[in-house]
Amino acid sequence: MSLTELTIADAASGLRARKFSAVELVRAHTDAIAALNPRLNAYITTTADEALKAAQQADDVLAKGEARALTGIPLGIKDLFCTNGVRTTAASNILKNFVPPYESTVTANLLRDGAVFVGKTNLDEFAMGSANITSAFGPVENPWKRNGDEAALVPGGSSGGSAAAVAAGLAMGATGTDTGGSIRQPAAYCGIVGLKPTYGRCSRFGTIAYASSLDQAGPMARSVRDCAIMLQSMAGFDERDSTSVNCDVPDYSAAIGRSLKGLKVGIPAEYRAEGLSAEIAAAWQQGIEWLKAAGCEIVDVSLPHTKYGLATYYIVAPAECSSNLARYDGLRFGERVPGDTLDAMYEATRRAGFGPEVRRRIMMGTYVLSAGYYDAYYLKAQKVRTLIRRDFTEAFGKVDVLLTPTAPTPAFAQGEQSDDPVQMYLNDIFTVPASMAGMPAMSVPVGLGATGLPLGLQLIGRPFDEETLLATGSALESAAGFTHRPAIRAEAAK
Amino acid sequence: MTYTIEGKTGAWEIVVGLEVHAQIISHSKLFSGASASYGGEPNTHVSLVDAGFPGMLPVLNQECVAQAIRTGLGLRARINLESRFDRKNYFYADLPTGYQISQFTHPIVGEGTVEIELGDGTVRHIGITRLHMEQDAGKSMHDQDPARSFIDLNRAGVALMEIVSEPDIRCPEEAGAYLRKLRQILRYLGTCDGNMEEGSMRADVNVSVRKAGEPFRTRCEIKNVNSIRYVMHSIEVEATRQIEVWEDGGEVDQETRLFDPSRNETRSLRSKEDAHDYRYFPDPDLLPLVVEQEWVDALERGLPELPDDKRDRFVKEYGIPRYDASVLVAEQAIADYYEEVAKGRDARLAANWVTGDLFGALNRTGRTITDSPISAAALGGMLDLVSDKTINGKIAKEVFEDMLETGDSAAAIVERKGLKQVTDTGAIDAAVADVMARNADKVEEYRGGKDRLFGFFVGQVMKAMAGKANPAMVNEALKKVL
Repeated sequence: MSLTELTIADAASGLRARKFSAVELVRAHTDAIAALNPRLNAYITTTADEALKAAQQADDVLAKGEARALTGIPLGIKDLFCTNGVRTTAASNILKNFVPPYESTVTANLLRDGAVFVGKTNLDEFAMGSANITSAFGPVENPWKRNGDEAALVPGGSSGGSAAAVAAGLAMGATGTDTGGSIRQPAAYCGIVGLKPTYGRCSRFGTIAYASSLDQAGPMARSVRDCAIMLQSMAGFDERDSTSVNCDVPDYSAAIGRSLKGLKVGIPAEYRAEGLSAEIAAAWQQGIEWLKAAGCEIVDVSLPHTKYGLATYYIVAPAECSSNLARYDGLRFGERVPGDTLDAMYEATRRAGFGPEVRRRIMMGTYVLSAGYYDAYYLKAQKVRTLIRRDFTEAFGKVDVLLTPTAPTPAFAQGEQSDDPVQMYLNDIFTVPASMAGMPAMSVPVGLGATGLPLGLQLIGRPFDEETLLATGSALESAAGFTHRPAIRAEAAK
Repeated sequence: MTYTIEGKTGAWEIVVGLEVHAQIISHSKLFSGASASYGGEPNTHVSLVDAGFPGMLPVLNQECVAQAIRTGLGLRARINLESRFDRKNYFYADLPTGYQISQFTHPIVGEGTVEIELGDGTVRHIGITRLHMEQDAGKSMHDQDPARSFIDLNRAGVALMEIVSEPDIRCPEEAGAYLRKLRQILRYLGTCDGNMEEGSMRADVNVSVRKAGEPFRTRCEIKNVNSIRYVMHSIEVEATRQIEVWEDGGEVDQETRLFDPSRNETRSLRSKEDAHDYRYFPDPDLLPLVVEQEWVDALERGLPELPDDKRDRFVKEYGIPRYDASVLVAEQAIADYYEEVAKGRDARLAANWVTGDLFGALNRTGRTITDSPISAAALGGMLDLVSDKTINGKIAKEVFEDMLETGDSAAAIVERKGLKQVTDTGAIDAAVADVMARNADKVEEYRGGKDRLFGFFVGQVMKAMAGKANPAMVNEALKKVL
């Protein structure tokens, strides 16, 4: 099998068995990036030279028999994670030349475990978007095609570059961040697995903030097991992030293939929403059947405040982002456009530095926090958020995990939904509630729709119970036997 | 007597509340590991967190929390076991993140009280509304270059306590007394050095005026006043301005003003309409701050004795007047010095020497109690010589001056100069006889009823004995022969 088609788990054994070297493995990926990235635009920055150097070191480590979980494994890093000495842009003009002198905790953890970074993946600017079309570095193309249709599709967002890179074999896995669905929705659109851990599971230190109370890093890979391996490395308490939680990180891989007998799977009625495509509804039903067959008990549950999730999200997230992005003022780092006065400099810098979607969210956030509007918007949203969280807590009194669709539709074409921001926001309707509640959730590809595009189902678990997600996800994965690969990928390009 | 300012339409009362920003004494900043020390080359005490770099997160410094709680306890205030940090959003060049982390809706300390004493001995209680922690901003320097401004972030992120008083202050003197008392408490607690020149303590002054019996009228806030004297001046100046506005038929606008000491006036900085909308909201990077009662109790047990308690104890334990006690507790170091001198000695005598001769000497030499040329032990040694009648009070003054100059011990000086008090009755009697003989006319006058001359004889005898005679024995000997 081609090196760009392997899972992380298989590649790790292959490296240990010296079937191939880390240099060969990494070179296969950097070559694939060189061949396909000009088209897919999955990476903003590629680091082939550094990656090959790191691969040589990995080979030394392997030779000494000191390999760690990810030694020699080529990964893509969402360009929202600060990487020491490697440009980190957040896909924004305002940071287009920003080279951080520090490493995010999540990427430091991956490096500690031997991972090799092949580049920084594209995303929606500051992670604000659902189609990876707001990047200042251009849109990412989904490597999947509709049957008989060459139209460029979106990879989803905001971790669209990561999803596309993993799907196309330009990385074995990639980091993502998820604020309202930014790991799960692109994973679903690109036919890969994406896991958003519980809020607080992975440190946010060194990850550029969009909405601090929601942002959470997570793995994106081609198998549930690979996500488990990556999460094992990424997760953990960090005293530099006050919101990271000091609780043990279990052995995630041990959850793969665990028996699901007697597991109670909740099906929330409210997710049978308008706009849910027939093919996704069918995939959902299929998922239910598979889990039943695996010994799960299917339970109907209600999450009554689901319908307020999106509206609440679009108050809380912009509010936080309006404050978080205030630091991009052209003074200490990043781009600066001079002005005659301080205010003129701010205005020119931020106008040139931020794209329209970022500006829109800053405006919304500034508005909802303003005197006289705070109570009506932000405060009310916080109250609704509490209710949404309570919905989940109550549901998890009855069931162990929830099964829902990840997104209402499969990937759409570039330009199809971009005119109406509200239409675009609806892509996150199923992913946002778990984000608002801080629950862990994961998207698993379960099949292809009528047009040949991958469909994903979402599992939502109890706080810090990523293991049940992985166990259930691996059951869905094996039942679905999802082995489809996109039209555009490294192996096919040869 | 209520303090009033006389206007054209009669007497006006003033109403003042103070917001004091006090820099917390701590090694590192409120949310970063960078040094919080004063001074240093510009931008040398700055971490990536302070500079607001992407992905940087605040981590609360527990020592700053302990300091805020200690201060709250010192202000006899309620400690809120759960408090919260909010973001106060505004753009300015010396505010790297674009927001200040502060405590807006849920401060760590609630209501408390500060007792102040005025010059005439009146005691008043000024209410404390709240105390909260917040970050300081950096410093903008506009005078370094004709076209550009320079930013120094050394102070950015340093921990401050904002201590808000109730509008209980009614005259400039009370404002001064309140600030001095607050500073004294902070220094006792070791939570703020109270150094207004270095900016580690500064005040925003809220002033309004009213006719007797009226509810409060509109107030103005005078920002960032950096000395107690200026606070007192600015209140008077601003109150006078407001009275003129009201009496001319105008309205005082709620606004922020600046005090200009060189022109002795306040000027409008920004009106209410231009006031920032700070868009406060809970900082999502920080969890609510929850402290355990046990910890608060432990901090309370570790508090030093506070000035009011110390003053009361001095009055009770040492039998000294309240005024003297107040003077002696003004600073912890003075109180410690006094106690060392007074211990096992005549405490009143000790108080007189410390507040009198010692303070005088420190003033003259420009020293403070901590670098006093005469240590507490040395002064105590001298007082011992007075008590055991080795020297008398007059000689003691001479010995004290010598100690100040030479740093020698009192005993050594007495020895060196032969100042030992003469208690030999024979010598005294001889001196008395000699004085009587040389002043036969005065003796006659005295015996003729001019009692006041007794002091003259005492003086003559002392002079004859170079001041070293025991005054009581001289008195006795004189009485006998006269």
